[in-house]
Amino acid sequence: MELTTVWFLLVAVLFTGYFILEGFDFGVGMLLPVLGRDDRQRRVLINTIGPVWDGNEVWLITAGGAMFAAFPEWYATLFSGFYLPLLLILLALIARGVAFEYRHKRPEASWKRRWDQAIFWGSAIPAVLWGVAFANIFRGVPLDADHEYVGGLLDLLNPYALLGGLTTLGLFLTHGAVFLALKTTGDIRERAGALAVKLGVGTAVAAVAFLSWSLTIRSSAAAVVLAVGAALALLGGLAAAKVRREGWAFTGTAVAIALAVATLFAALFPNVMPSTLDAAGTLTATNAASTPYTLKIMTWVAVIFTPIVLAYQGWTYWVFRRRIGVQNIPQH
Amino acid sequence: MDALDVARWQFGVTTVYHFLFVPLTIGLSVLVAILQTMWHRTGNERYLKLTKFYGKLFLINFAMGVVTGIVQEFQFGMNWSDYSRFVGDIFGAPLAIEALVAFFLESTFIGLWIFGWDRLPKRLHLAAIWAAAIGTNLSAYFILAANSFMQNPVGFRINPESGRAELTDFVAVLTNKVALVTFPHTLAGSFLVAGSLMVTVGLWHVMRNRDSADTGAYRFATKLGSWVVLISSALVILTGDIQGKIMTEVQPMKMAAAEGLYTTESPASFSVLTVGSLDGSREIFALKIPYLLSFLGTGDPNGTVQGINDLQAQYASQYGPGNYAPIIPVTYWSFRFMIGFGLAAAAIALLVLWSQRKGRTPTSKWLLRAGLVMPVLPLLANSFGWIFTEMGRQPWIVFGEMLTRDGVSRSVSLTEVLTSFTAFTLIYAVLAVVEFKLLVRYARAGVPDVTPQTDDDDTDDAERPLAFAY
Repeated sequence: MELTTVWFLLVAVLFTGYFILEGFDFGVGMLLPVLGRDDRQRRVLINTIGPVWDGNEVWLITAGGAMFAAFPEWYATLFSGFYLPLLLILLALIARGVAFEYRHKRPEASWKRRWDQAIFWGSAIPAVLWGVAFANIFRGVPLDADHEYVGGLLDLLNPYALLGGLTTLGLFLTHGAVFLALKTTGDIRERAGALAVKLGVGTAVAAVAFLSWSLTIRSSAAAVVLAVGAALALLGGLAAAKVRREGWAFTGTAVAIALAVATLFAALFPNVMPSTLDAAGTLTATNAASTPYTLKIMTWVAVIFTPIVLAYQGWTYWVFRRRIGVQNIPQH
Repeated sequence: MDALDVARWQFGVTTVYHFLFVPLTIGLSVLVAILQTMWHRTGNERYLKLTKFYGKLFLINFAMGVVTGIVQEFQFGMNWSDYSRFVGDIFGAPLAIEALVAFFLESTFIGLWIFGWDRLPKRLHLAAIWAAAIGTNLSAYFILAANSFMQNPVGFRINPESGRAELTDFVAVLTNKVALVTFPHTLAGSFLVAGSLMVTVGLWHVMRNRDSADTGAYRFATKLGSWVVLISSALVILTGDIQGKIMTEVQPMKMAAAEGLYTTESPASFSVLTVGSLDGSREIFALKIPYLLSFLGTGDPNGTVQGINDLQAQYASQYGPGNYAPIIPVTYWSFRFMIGFGLAAAAIALLVLWSQRKGRTPTSKWLLRAGLVMPVLPLLANSFGWIFTEMGRQPWIVFGEMLTRDGVSRSVSLTEVLTSFTAFTLIYAVLAVVEFKLLVRYARAGVPDVTPQTDDDDTDDAERPLAFAY
């Protein structure tokens, strides 16, 4: 396999990992005001992701770094082109990350309320905007022959991309609810499970519409199979949630997210950022790539370190596998 | 004002801001790991108290370092996309490796450490803080290797077809001599900050909280912090001296700009204080130590140090017409502030140690005041060090290869950069106040009570409260 293809796959895998992992902690953040009826309950919700959210976010930093190293043209065009949405995502991630750490540092209700809002908006904004951004990458954006983005903000807010945003929002909410049902006890667990099913039905509609629309833009046999798989996994996850098989429900939503992302990347290949203007503006895995030498070094680094990272990150989830409930929240 | 100016200001503000938190993260992670190791080895509760106490301050600061760091990585693509295109083949690799090798280690194990007090065996829990500390310190190496490429590009060639820089020797990039010396310099500078914070907090409790049962713990922290400050300041000076010599060789304009040395001198004298004309193009008054600059720059008291005007003429013939000198007052003063503030912190550490000699308790009001401002001094030294080294490279973004003005994103409008600059400045300002107040609050609160709660072994594990919860 060409190294450019390997790195196309790796970037896809990193974003998939990011969306699966941070997907549920975005979901938890957005469900904070819905499922957390009092401060103790809200603390239960936050503590389900407390030990892991930071590690989850590093998937994004690694995906960004991998994109920069392997496809500098893609990184440069994407980040300068999608300027304002990315700015909003960054501001949201800043507020949210600090909120987790600072929320419990003072006892005042007003202090906590403010950080709760930071967690909610800091989760909701990226949950929508990542969908908008990836839908636009997939659909194609106006790039000139130098691969510079020549559109405006409004070009990014087209109906297809907004449906993409709605889809990621729904997927992350459902995924988060399922995660909470898996990780909590008592009343929160019950309500999270019930809510997951309700949210999941709406999400399934949005996701099927979005993936179908996507496949009319560009498609391949593999993409069709993956899209069908994503829909089935989501439905399977919901069925499992309905009968309270929470582990299977979580597996279902995780696989659904993975296959939905995979659908987009599979249909996109070998392009990484198609231009809607001049065909010469289209960025591909070849013309956006670094030199074979750089890709070779990066491949070695990835081959050695990715399994190690997966091992210790997986182990962390094992260490914190226990469900928690209001009875586990200390007084201070 | 155009998008370039705003993009530069944004980079300056967000980077200096980010680096207010990084030194504490780098230094305190190791110091907390050392304290926990001491507890592990001796079983003395005092060290456990200090581990938890400084650990808390460390975490308040850590969160800020993490979230402001994400901006740094994305900013290259957002505001400096032509730079990213030009150097991506080289510059992206250390960033990606930093994330994969260092950030995962740091973030995962910090989570294990924060929440793992009762979930992990003691040894593993200790290993977690060390893993996080190693991750943090390792990350510094990769990002400094990337930055060093901008100061002293090595291991690459320019592709004549695309006009882009391409990696030819990755080992050369990682072993760039600028990186090899900047890494220990930056780490030592970071420990200067961390040690100072330790002193400040410890000293305040020693002097203000005299009847506390934990005075012994605070005294220990004060001493440990003072020694960390003294040792790291010695290392800062040592590595800074080597840096000066490398800089004279690979970036002679930066050395000349640091000194406001307009004409080549051999031997060159070191400027203690130079007052220049307002535009910084010539000197009006100067107080100088003969031979010293030659010695610092070349190791030979009679060595030649090139001056700004000669270098300007040389670069103009080499790279074409243009101004190749940085803004001299900025480089000149930032260089001096860096050294001055760093030395001031070391001096206070000495005073603090002297005041506590043979078990004495310091009483001087002035010492307490000096102790309170102490962490600010090395923080300023770090900031000015970065301002110096980055401003001293101007007008280049990659020395000798690409001008800063050619690196900016062409597709990003002035309105967009202004929006992001304003947004980051506002949110950063608010968070700075919040963070500072929290640090003060938790520093005042003092060491926590660590007597184990009545451990009722009959309690079901599922019912027991978490050892730590957000």
